[in-house]
Amino acid sequence: MILDNLFYLFVFPGFLFVAVLGLLVGWVDRKVSARFQFRVGPPVLQNFNDFFKLLGKQTIIVKDSVKSLFIAAPLLAFGTLCLIATMVGMALFFEQGFHGDLLVLMYLMMVYSVMLVLGGISTGNVYSSIGAGREIKLLLGDELVFILVCLIPIVKSGYAVNLEAMIIAQSDGMFIGSVSGVIGLIAGLLCIQAKMALRPFDIAEAETEIVEGPLMEYSGPLLAFWKLNHHIMYVAYPLVLVVLFFGGFNLQGIGILWAVLKYLLIVVLMIIIKNTNPRLQIDNALKFFWRVLAPLAFIGLILAVLGV
Amino acid sequence: MSKVPVGPFHPLLEEAEYFELTVDGETVIDIDMEIGWMHRGHEYISEMSSFTQSIYLVERICGICSTSHPLACVHAIEDIDNIEIPDRARYIRSLVGELERIHSHLLWLGLAGHFIGYDTVWMWAWKYREPVLQMMELISGNRNHYGMMRVGGVARDVEPEKLPELHKHLDMIEEKMKMIAKIANDDPVLKKRLKGVGVLTQEDARNYCATGPTSRASGVRGDVRKDDPTDAYDLVDFKEIVLSNGDVYDKLVVRVLEIIESVKICRQCIDKLKIVKGSFWNKVEQVGEGEGCGRYEAPRGEVFHYIRSDGTNRPIRHKVRAPSYVNIPTYEASCKGISISDALITLASVDPCYCCTERSMKIKDVHNKEVPDLLTLSRNKTEKIRREIND
Repeated sequence: MILDNLFYLFVFPGFLFVAVLGLLVGWVDRKVSARFQFRVGPPVLQNFNDFFKLLGKQTIIVKDSVKSLFIAAPLLAFGTLCLIATMVGMALFFEQGFHGDLLVLMYLMMVYSVMLVLGGISTGNVYSSIGAGREIKLLLGDELVFILVCLIPIVKSGYAVNLEAMIIAQSDGMFIGSVSGVIGLIAGLLCIQAKMALRPFDIAEAETEIVEGPLMEYSGPLLAFWKLNHHIMYVAYPLVLVVLFFGGFNLQGIGILWAVLKYLLIVVLMIIIKNTNPRLQIDNALKFFWRVLAPLAFIGLILAVLGV
Repeated sequence: MSKVPVGPFHPLLEEAEYFELTVDGETVIDIDMEIGWMHRGHEYISEMSSFTQSIYLVERICGICSTSHPLACVHAIEDIDNIEIPDRARYIRSLVGELERIHSHLLWLGLAGHFIGYDTVWMWAWKYREPVLQMMELISGNRNHYGMMRVGGVARDVEPEKLPELHKHLDMIEEKMKMIAKIANDDPVLKKRLKGVGVLTQEDARNYCATGPTSRASGVRGDVRKDDPTDAYDLVDFKEIVLSNGDVYDKLVVRVLEIIESVKICRQCIDKLKIVKGSFWNKVEQVGEGEGCGRYEAPRGEVFHYIRSDGTNRPIRHKVRAPSYVNIPTYEASCKGISISDALITLASVDPCYCCTERSMKIKDVHNKEVPDLLTLSRNKTEKIRREIND
């Protein structure tokens, strides 16, 4: 039993699976972005090379930083993401879950942002501090919308706060087939975009403004882990949306193809949004989340209660 | 309150320059500028070279306005002796100058896209800039430093068989620019990001003597091509683009519309080159005694060259005033009171060219004692090396 759990956490669908798939999907992102921009793009294994090269580089730890926090932040964020991936993967591939796992998932997705903030402020660098401040504001913006988005499938599946139950509830029709489902997916997609720090919401890590913000002082293996975290998010977060709105995977026969298509659809939508938008200012982003997206998600929720 | 350093090396700046933003939270309340990180002593070197060498030297002041500086320089030298140039040379000069404006504005457009995180615009703008460089290569043999200007005319003729290909590239550029103008007009996110950001009011533009697209976006008329037409600018038909809001969005639109006007000028020049035959250069043997001023509307604004000659073959004083020198201080007016993200795109919005602007600077240390400037340090080092070699 313990061996099984370790296998789930470290091999499939946990760490090893999401890390390898994440680095591969990172290549899809870079390649599609490159084709958008009339570039050739990197070879398939580029992300692996980058990761292993960074692992071998020197880590410089800022003298005045809070060392324990500085080192712990990327590793804890990594652990959090592996846990998210395992929980979603268990529901998707093994149809296992526990009551209330969606709530845990929502908490864990917030913990990642908190880790980014802690890593940023532990250095005392002015860019990192600004970036951390922006990350907190952005979290305040997207969290409300994300909670509303998660409520939509909860309502539609008969008030089940359980990933497995949601998948079962969608076995005779995906939630995306309804109006509230579509609204939920749109709002959810933009929330994920903000949580993953992709454009137009890469405000906390704005390269040409505050030089990668919280990640500024990171180097070597610690930076490699932050990069790996970002790639893992490319797997874990879209899969959450697959569970919530696309009814999970049916891994038999033609179902495998459908599973891949569902996942790639979300990833490609994210890449398109990323490549066709400039970075917003933080105040505009907050206005967007609170004044546009939150009412939209709320309407979606009301529609879900009405059964539309 | 804390201080955010931008530079000397920062992803926003392609060149070394230092800005210190004093911020309260995310709001910029003060900005301090420090120029003098890239001083190369061009004026000094020019005074040690002959007139011909000076022209090629000032071409290397800036890699982007690499025909504006030589053009203003030859205007200044021609002003000393009132040298006339043949008609064909006038059209070729304007053609090269306008092609440079197109490529410079496209370069800025791409960089501005990159600075607001719109990398797709960056790559697209630079893709459309490529044919301009190819046209330059076709005309002059070089993609970046053209070496086309010469006292009394131009250095090379544009052969008639090259003209149709130039037309073809221009058609493509015009079409794409209209597309970009449409995108700028339609994209709500882009408008949200740029409208009302970093406003330089008309009054401030006047007070800071801003020039070029920076002032024209604020509603201040002023274009050397219209006000003091040299070369072929009084022979061709074009509009001066003036907008009124003075924000970053208007600066973008001014540049896009100027590209379309430049394409128009290029077309007219090419058509005239088919008709106007004759020499492209009046031979000039010697420059007499006296002083001359040369102006040209560089992509960033008015570039001004002053040359004094004592009748020998070299200038005894060569003074350069690049447009960024007056545009950079406008940050004082436009950056205060806005957020950091807005302030940084405003810093880029005047299309600053720091290497054009550089002046030597004197630094005082905390005890108010003067620290030797870079030029002195460099000379001292050369002296030291020379002494060591001699020993």
